[in-house]
Amino acid sequence: MDARRNLLNALMMGIFSLAAVIAVVPLFAVLGYVLKNGLTSLNWAFFTELPGMMGVGGGMANAIIGTLIVVLLASLIGIPIGILAAIYLSEYDRSSWFSTLVRFTSDVLTGIPSIIVGIVVYAAIVVRTKHFSAFSGGVALAIIMIPSVIRATEEMLKLVPHTIREAGDALGIPKWRIILNIVLPTAAKGILTGALLAVARISGETAPLLFTALGNLYYAHSLNEPIATLPLNIYFYAISPYDQWHKQAWAAALVLVFIVIVLNVVARLAFRSRLRKN
Amino acid sequence: MGNLSVRNLEAWYGAQKALFGITAEIPEKQITAIIGPSGCGKSTFIRCLNRMHDTLPGAKVSGDILLDGKSIYDQHPVYLRKTVGMVFQKPNPFPSMSIYENVVAGLRLNGERHKEKLRAAAEKSLRMAALWDEVHDRLNYSGVSLSGGQQQRLCIARALAVEPSVLLMDEPASALDPIATQRIEELVSALKKDYTIVIVTHNMQQAARIADLTAFFLNGELVELGPTSEIFTKPKDKRTEDYITGRFG
Repeated sequence: MDARRNLLNALMMGIFSLAAVIAVVPLFAVLGYVLKNGLTSLNWAFFTELPGMMGVGGGMANAIIGTLIVVLLASLIGIPIGILAAIYLSEYDRSSWFSTLVRFTSDVLTGIPSIIVGIVVYAAIVVRTKHFSAFSGGVALAIIMIPSVIRATEEMLKLVPHTIREAGDALGIPKWRIILNIVLPTAAKGILTGALLAVARISGETAPLLFTALGNLYYAHSLNEPIATLPLNIYFYAISPYDQWHKQAWAAALVLVFIVIVLNVVARLAFRSRLRKN
Repeated sequence: MGNLSVRNLEAWYGAQKALFGITAEIPEKQITAIIGPSGCGKSTFIRCLNRMHDTLPGAKVSGDILLDGKSIYDQHPVYLRKTVGMVFQKPNPFPSMSIYENVVAGLRLNGERHKEKLRAAAEKSLRMAALWDEVHDRLNYSGVSLSGGQQQRLCIARALAVEPSVLLMDEPASALDPIATQRIEELVSALKKDYTIVIVTHNMQQAARIADLTAFFLNGELVELGPTSEIFTKPKDKRTEDYITGRFG
């Protein structure tokens, strides 16, 4: 009897372990492949120089900076709007028709292919201003990140125990202060994680940038000019016929992954709890 | 300061009525214990006293409560709660704040910025809550790093820091072990020289040990309110006697 039980136990554990291994294999394969191909193509010029002529040397300095600018712009627009909207849903209006509508809309928006957001921003901004721009790219990415920031933030705010808000009420603290100084800090870690996921996601978006940020062989000197970004460059370089550009596409992929990882680590360190537990 | 006069108070959760015509005088600088079986309206009653009840969605009240002669319904609840503090059943320090920040939260988040004043208020409140000696050298540790009993005294200190005249306590020791409970009881007894204290308790011995007055609630009605010794030795109402002697509840 015991033997059978142990056998069954081992079998089940084997199945779960196997599934876990299968789940991480693609992840490591992707990372490993990018690392292997990217590292061999990376050099100092890649970080400091502008793209060279068709198929020869040069770097992606403008695209690296461009990615940082567009993602920063999108985050500056998208994260505050997302967090504030989530505060409204969680703290002020949990169940009216309006909050139901907002939740439903943001759920639908989460599932919309990003190219559709791109084409809408193209029609709304690019066509009207008559030029492609870093600004329109940032807006497109912001629209993509807002729904996920809303959902993640709302879930985190809901996890803050009701008793914490009651304690604030009982001290005669105004509601906006309770939200800003008590509820938000309590949920800060989770909100940050949600925001970072959204940032990571938009960092790799290519489709909506095709007809908003467009790409640029040089540095953009204002948000009104087209701007180069790493995902766009990866796309253009990877479909080009030049070996040298293929290599640069790998290098760009590696740098993109690295940027996302660094963002994560830095933000986590910045928001680490400053309080000692014991 | 801190006389409460409750006049024909009724309270509802939506359509369900929770309190029926409560009239009671709660004298200043005394401990009034509220006892009664679960669901009898004890918690609802003290939550009416700082307007934590009528500000819930769907809840309402009728009747009046006077604090030192003035209706509490004439004030904004946020201001009332600075005069009528509350301590909850489960210790609920703010998890994102240090011990020090917890104590001064009520002052700071109401606009007090003067560092010296905040320091002084923190020390005074922690001393009154009998917690100073245990935490004075680690005021910047997380508030949730303390033991359950210490957390509850921290919450009491936090409530005292805003200098209320009335302190409401909703079963403040029911989540604590006997030693921590005893410390809370000693603390409550010491606090009554400065504060009017209304304490809900499940524990009749606790009421008998610390309360000057005891009120017995049953099914949303105030059955009897009187000096604790009378309630426990010669109650006027048969229902009180039945409850005290353990025939129900």
